[in-house]
Amino acid sequence: MELVLVCLIGILYASGMYMILRRSMVKLLLGILLLGNATNILIFLLGNLTAGKPPVIPPDLKVFNDIYADPIPQALILTAIVISFGLTAFAIVLLKRVYVLVDSDDLDDLNTPEEEDI
Amino acid sequence: MLALVPGVLFSYFVQKIPEIGSGRVLFESTPWVPALGVSLGFRLDGLSLLFALLITGIGVLIFVYASSYLKGDRYLDRFFGFLLLFMSAMLGLVLSNNVILLFIFWELTSISSYFLIGFHNRDEESRRSALTALSITGLGGLLLLAGLIWAGNLAGSYSIGDMLNHAEVIRQSAYYPVILILFLAGAFTKSAQFPFHFWLPGAMKAPTPVSAYLHSATMVKAGIFILARFTPVLGGTALWQWALMGVGGFTMLYASVLSLAKRDLKGVLAYSTISALGVLTFLLGLGTDYAVVAACVFLLAHALYKAPLFLVTGIIDHETGTRDLTRLSGLGKALWPAALAGGLAALSAAGMPLTFGFIGKDLIYEATLHYESGWAWYLTALAIVTNVGLVAAGFLAGFKPFTGKVQEEFRHLHLPPALLWVPALVLALLGVVFGLFPGWAGAWLTEPAVKSIFQQYVPVQLKIWHGFNTVLILSLATLTAGIIIYLINTPRFRKSEFITVLERIRPGVVFGWLFIRTKQFAAAYTNFFHDGYLRSYIIKIILFAEALLIYELYRGGPFSVDFSKLSPVRFYDVGIVFILVGALYKTLKTSSRLTAVVCMSIIGYAICLLFVTYSAPDLAMTQFTIDTLTVVLFVLVLYRLPPFLKVRNVKIMVRDAAISILFGGLLAVICLRVLLEPTRYNISDFYAKYAYTLGKGRNVVNVILVDFRGFDTMFEIVVLSVAAIGVYSLLKLRLKASEKE
Repeated sequence: MELVLVCLIGILYASGMYMILRRSMVKLLLGILLLGNATNILIFLLGNLTAGKPPVIPPDLKVFNDIYADPIPQALILTAIVISFGLTAFAIVLLKRVYVLVDSDDLDDLNTPEEEDI
Repeated sequence: MLALVPGVLFSYFVQKIPEIGSGRVLFESTPWVPALGVSLGFRLDGLSLLFALLITGIGVLIFVYASSYLKGDRYLDRFFGFLLLFMSAMLGLVLSNNVILLFIFWELTSISSYFLIGFHNRDEESRRSALTALSITGLGGLLLLAGLIWAGNLAGSYSIGDMLNHAEVIRQSAYYPVILILFLAGAFTKSAQFPFHFWLPGAMKAPTPVSAYLHSATMVKAGIFILARFTPVLGGTALWQWALMGVGGFTMLYASVLSLAKRDLKGVLAYSTISALGVLTFLLGLGTDYAVVAACVFLLAHALYKAPLFLVTGIIDHETGTRDLTRLSGLGKALWPAALAGGLAALSAAGMPLTFGFIGKDLIYEATLHYESGWAWYLTALAIVTNVGLVAAGFLAGFKPFTGKVQEEFRHLHLPPALLWVPALVLALLGVVFGLFPGWAGAWLTEPAVKSIFQQYVPVQLKIWHGFNTVLILSLATLTAGIIIYLINTPRFRKSEFITVLERIRPGVVFGWLFIRTKQFAAAYTNFFHDGYLRSYIIKIILFAEALLIYELYRGGPFSVDFSKLSPVRFYDVGIVFILVGALYKTLKTSSRLTAVVCMSIIGYAICLLFVTYSAPDLAMTQFTIDTLTVVLFVLVLYRLPPFLKVRNVKIMVRDAAISILFGGLLAVICLRVLLEPTRYNISDFYAKYAYTLGKGRNVVNVILVDFRGFDTMFEIVVLSVAAIGVYSLLKLRLKASEKE
């Protein structure tokens, strides 16, 4: 399964990067989201895949007596997901704002006023 | 009033003369950056004293002169600030006993002289000259720093005293030639030696007091100072001799001939200064007892006649408004004190007997004649030709404007204020006094200086009269030839072919070209890396990262993964991945924004399922919630936007695809490397062990987040709140119509 996930991470990274290199601002944002997802899976993979053994201590025990999934990558990813939501939400509203102001989704349209300044 | 500062310093140094004259060296040191071996170490020996006296002594007169010369200038206070800064830097330079300190002062003189040369900052020419001077001397300074550090490392200390003790180690090192070249690059740029001389005539754009100060006693002499200071460390080798004699000899000849072709009074003085600097370099290159004595005497003599000549030029410029030699004549009557000072200085420059210049000139011939080699006569001939040029240039600057018929326009000149001509006259008279009583200058000033150059006692006895000998005959011949050249050197002669050819060989042209090219290169470089397109920045960064990754992976060598340890592939896993890849494909292909957003959410849910199957229920819940929220937000906010832009450029798409696929591939390889790492860390076991016993929670992930790393989570909440405030204010923001544009 690890090999399948490795391929999946590669594909996610590649398509995320491809989206980031587009001219559309929305695509840029989608690309960033894809990169985030790919990174989450990468961290998840770091903690060694363990099927069906969540890191929850059984009710009658004080410590694990069986193997369990590594809790640290999970804690990290949880934080990452939440923070990336903050980023996404802000970026979406910012995109909306830019669209209202310049009436375009094209990144290159943002360059023009700057060049006129010079 | 400000002249008190250099005045007090001057009297302080004067009262040190007997002490230093008796052979003592004064030290003063405070640690500054001990870790780097840098200390605020100062030493006062004969050489420093000679320079310190020149700097402060002439400084007093320049301060007095400038206060009158620049009277009424808006930026007079600024000017004196720069001048004081420059003077302190120069004093620090000649007094420092630590090479790093020396370099700092060296650069400070470059920087403060930049402000002084470019003082008339509204004049473009002035700004350009200042920049040229700064870049040439600054470049030389950096090379010098390299040489100083190298030599310091060889000697094991940055203290000049220690370097003097370890001179042998440095001279015998295999790196000696490199050190020497770096070192000479610094000295030659500062002292305006060929081919770096062109900044000096350019620097004549400065107000005249600045030119007088910088070019008679201070700035340009810094290069000479450092050559003299390091003679005991680096000098005496064949390479040293050849470099200094070659460059100095050529410079003195070249500049002395060119000085005669100038029409601008300051131009004449500029080139004759370069020539004099060439003479000094040449003499230090000879390195014999005679030569070094001659160098010290000529240094003093040159300062004493060049400064008044500059000051007189300033008076003429101030009163008539021109420095054009073809227009100036017969001013002697109106400006008699200036004419007197100029005449005396010119006589000293010409080496007329009974002036100090005469003694200096004599010693130069002594030095070349006593040079023990078959070259003695050739060198003497070189010195004679140079001196003939200097004689003529001296007369041109000191006599020409004051003799002959008065031009109509200058008939009504009146005497300038005393503050202008007194300093010039004082210096010129001093040249005569030293000429009449050379024993004083010899015993007090020259002898200690020579001693610190040689690091041993060398008797110096300067006399007015050496008796009838070859040197006297040569001196008189030089004088005669110089006067003849002065008399026939009319404007018609100046246009002769000979001079024009020499004029054309100008290193300044080459440097100007380099200057422009460097600027063009900088512009092209900046435009390439900073073109204003987000994509191209990302592409450059990613390509660089990819190159680094490839290099690292290549260096790490081949590796293999133990497939037996991997977990098996289950059919529903394959299903999840299949859904994910399908949604991904659709996201890339679609031209509808809504479809893309929906596909993104499918990808998120698929990842969510992955988390479920691989024992991460908390992650799955979070991912599910967040993904739903994201889609809602996307749709709510962006539903009105137009569909995606349709830009189809196959070439660019292929290029981007190549970069992206390489990126994905590399990261996949890194993932494989990750699989090789140990899978379980102590820290995980720690959390698992204490989650219940210390944190009283059974869900280890939750306990980590809210208990062990509680503060992190709190700040995460803060970040989210800030984002929420941002989102809210952006949504509520209503721009006025005027701000929309």
